[in-house]
Amino acid sequence: MAKVLMKGNEAIGEAAIRAGCLNYFAYPITPQSEVAEYLSKRMPEAGGVFLQGESEVAVGYMIFGAAGAGARVFTTSSSPGVSLMSEAISYIAGAQCPAVFVNIIRGGPGLGGILPSQADYFQATKGGGHGDYRLLVMAPASVQEAVEMVMKAFPLAEKYRNPVMILGDGLIGQMMEPVEFPDGLRSEPTNKDDWATNGMDSRNSDKQNLVKSLFLDPKALNDNNLALKAKYDRMKIEEVRYEPYNLDSPYQALIVSYGTMSRVCRTVIDNLKSEGIEVAMIRPQTLFPFPEKAIHDAADVDGCKIVFSIEMSMGQMVEDVERCIKGKRPVEWYGKCGGDVPTPEEIMEIIKERL
Amino acid sequence: MQNEVMFAGFGGQGILLSAKILAHAAMEEGFEVVWIPSYGPEMRGGTAYCTVVVSDRPIGSPIIKNPGHLVAMNKPSLLKFAPVVKPGGVILINSSLVPDRSGRGDVNELSVPVTDIAKELGSVKAANIVALSAFVAKSKIVPWESIKRCIHDEFKEKTKFMELNMKATEEGRKAGEA
Repeated sequence: MAKVLMKGNEAIGEAAIRAGCLNYFAYPITPQSEVAEYLSKRMPEAGGVFLQGESEVAVGYMIFGAAGAGARVFTTSSSPGVSLMSEAISYIAGAQCPAVFVNIIRGGPGLGGILPSQADYFQATKGGGHGDYRLLVMAPASVQEAVEMVMKAFPLAEKYRNPVMILGDGLIGQMMEPVEFPDGLRSEPTNKDDWATNGMDSRNSDKQNLVKSLFLDPKALNDNNLALKAKYDRMKIEEVRYEPYNLDSPYQALIVSYGTMSRVCRTVIDNLKSEGIEVAMIRPQTLFPFPEKAIHDAADVDGCKIVFSIEMSMGQMVEDVERCIKGKRPVEWYGKCGGDVPTPEEIMEIIKERL
Repeated sequence: MQNEVMFAGFGGQGILLSAKILAHAAMEEGFEVVWIPSYGPEMRGGTAYCTVVVSDRPIGSPIIKNPGHLVAMNKPSLLKFAPVVKPGGVILINSSLVPDRSGRGDVNELSVPVTDIAKELGSVKAANIVALSAFVAKSKIVPWESIKRCIHDEFKEKTKFMELNMKATEEGRKAGEA
């Protein structure tokens, strides 16, 4: 298929349809609103359902209901909206239902601003809602990658019966880039008869299914949490994704950066190379599971003096980077969180100062 | 080789659309391309700007501090962005609304009364297409036939605006080549 020029938000909506998801519930919020705008037209054309909830709290439970009934379902929102959905996300994880959430992050806390940010890293990777649950979190750095991650998210959510989150930022949603929708990433919804409350009439079984997150018996709750933990441990083995950049050079510093910020860092690395300074980067494509070993090994090579976590937050991912490096190299954070994306020039200056 | 064009003006002047058409043409020519709008609490009459990055390799930072070229549709845009254009770039000034010059001796400046040209053709709304065409004719950032085809594509489902905009394309070319 030929490439088309599309806005990130619209491409995300189209990708979900191409992936076989025909249920979308959402509530508008900048900088994500174009997904809802696009799908309000496209979903009915594709034979699907778009319903605008009365709030993000309601949307969260619409997702839970549809997922519990065995339907492929997703939603998109931006930071404050995801906070409102977080209660439902915890319930969905506890009840082990597959669903896909997209967060086109804007600045926070509170209403914050509407410009790009990566300040929801903790919310996405460490919780957001309550309880011992994790989301499989993917962070695209281009519109094309956003499309591919959305298309892969549905089978992954079903593989683990767990919510998957795509963590973008305002720029990923707002910018246009050429995209194609790979046919190879189309997938059929899996059979959910074993667990979904999809109606006794629709499945050839006498077994009654129950979707719930309430386990009053301590052993039953502990067992449920152990089952969840086993899934997260499996994700750590099977789903870690990252992209190395300039890693085969004799680099003196390592950058860890994701999403839009990693593109700026790519320019930084190219510019520094032309000045004779070698810097490498690990770009996590999955934020949970985190590429712990890749970051550790890249930092541990001789010649690498320092590691930078560069992010549009006040220092969130840096805690995970430090955890990977285990004190073997100094780790520094650099970032901004007001909506201005740090420029290549200012990052180059920071790196040169430290080397 | 990477090149950047900033389109800037009032909200409602069709800034985002003319930038999108250029991005489309560059994509058709096989370039990597990014279109980045200024998105904010903007409204009709407020400021709007949009950057198109065209490159022969994957595009790194999508945020451009120093664009290669500028299309300034109003005075605030010229004042704000003319100083940051890279030396050697094209600065197109909408002289219908902006009496000023860029004050830069190291750029390729082009004053075109794009709003007046569009009005003479029948609608002020075509000013963005006049400006886009004049800019492409001058800068040759994409082949002329390519931008013409993409303008045509943009209006093929809006047939009542087709004739106006194709005339605007031609008048823009003449102004850009003058």
